[in-house]
Amino acid sequence: MTTIADPKAPRPSRPGPTRRSTHGNTEMVAWLFMRVSGVILVVLIFGHLFVNLVQGEGINAIDFGFVAGKWASPFWQVWDLLMLWLAMIHGANGVRTIISDYAEKDSTRIVLKSLLYVATVVVIVLGTLVIFTFDPCPPNSPTDLLPSFCER
Amino acid sequence: MTATAEAPAPEVGAVPSFEVTLKIRRFLPSDDAIPTFGEPFEAEPRWDEFRVTVHGTDRVLDALHKIKWEHDGSLTFRRSCAHGICGSDAMRINGRNRLACKTLLKDLDPSKPIVVEPIKGLPVVKDLVVDMEPFFASYREIMPFLITTGTEPTKERLQSPQQRERFDDTTKCILCAACTSSCPVFWTDGQYFGPAAIVNAHRFIFDSRDEGGAQRLEILNDKEGVWRCRTTFNCTEACPRGIEVTKAIQEVKRAMITRAF
Repeated sequence: MTTIADPKAPRPSRPGPTRRSTHGNTEMVAWLFMRVSGVILVVLIFGHLFVNLVQGEGINAIDFGFVAGKWASPFWQVWDLLMLWLAMIHGANGVRTIISDYAEKDSTRIVLKSLLYVATVVVIVLGTLVIFTFDPCPPNSPTDLLPSFCER
Repeated sequence: MTATAEAPAPEVGAVPSFEVTLKIRRFLPSDDAIPTFGEPFEAEPRWDEFRVTVHGTDRVLDALHKIKWEHDGSLTFRRSCAHGICGSDAMRINGRNRLACKTLLKDLDPSKPIVVEPIKGLPVVKDLVVDMEPFFASYREIMPFLITTGTEPTKERLQSPQQRERFDDTTKCILCAACTSSCPVFWTDGQYFGPAAIVNAHRFIFDSRDEGGAQRLEILNDKEGVWRCRTTFNCTEACPRGIEVTKAIQEVKRAMITRAF
């Protein structure tokens, strides 16, 4: 005769790690950041596209001198810095949630997330460095390519 | 001269009958806790096809009954009330989570086989029966009962129709798990609370008589709480009671944001 398990016996606890409480609002802050940065990015990116591609001579105006001239102004330095940081963190957080949703194995998740974080930090640091250390008038370059304010 | 005169006129009020093929996912995974009554354990799920004659008024559940009673008694599924109230017979029918007792066969294109699978994301016990324990564990965690402080009033706790209206939608839940098992986040991460638990938390968070809202919001503010919702609306589409599940989840998110700032 086969015996069956007592249906009223206390159940074993759930398989897998129990739910960890995260104490703090990391996920809420991340969720909120996505919304807020998204709205700001719409303004920043469309402003960027308009100034670079539409205004004045449009796309034909873009050359070394144009970019160098923009980055000589603190306004565009802050604009591009904000765009870089917000877009990178927004994008990285989006990919982080996708990895959390789809990578089932812990090892896969750790590898993918490490790659993501390293790539994000490298791009943010490099980009910030370029915006603030950019030399609009490199010595010994043809003067017709440089912005107008460079001394000959 | 036509043949219509000789053909017997259809009886008034007669229900047309037709043939339908059901393609059912069968599985008996190896588990020492479950008696098999002589059936062998299986390593892999398989598909069984059954052809039955049904009536235009029949539901998928009627076809399953016909199969179990007349073709293969080993077919296993859950049902209790069979009228869309108990929430026992949620299953994946033609790729969508529905109640077998609320889905008419004639609405499902009977010319093609009707595919019936167990709901996804929960371990299969046998055939269409899944282990609902992870689902109910999440439900218990949000404390689905009235929490109050102070002395109990001598009469009932009063509430205006407007206050009742605030959470009316989420009181309709029958805990069938159609929403939770349609959620792609729940499929890959069984730790996620799932839509049903959040709906039932919503039912108490927005109840003017309840005082445990802050505690429930704290529980759902977890890493695996409401913030894992990706707003795919699968749950709203799956709900056999027509609850606006995604909307309820968003309202809980909003309550958390307004509480924090």
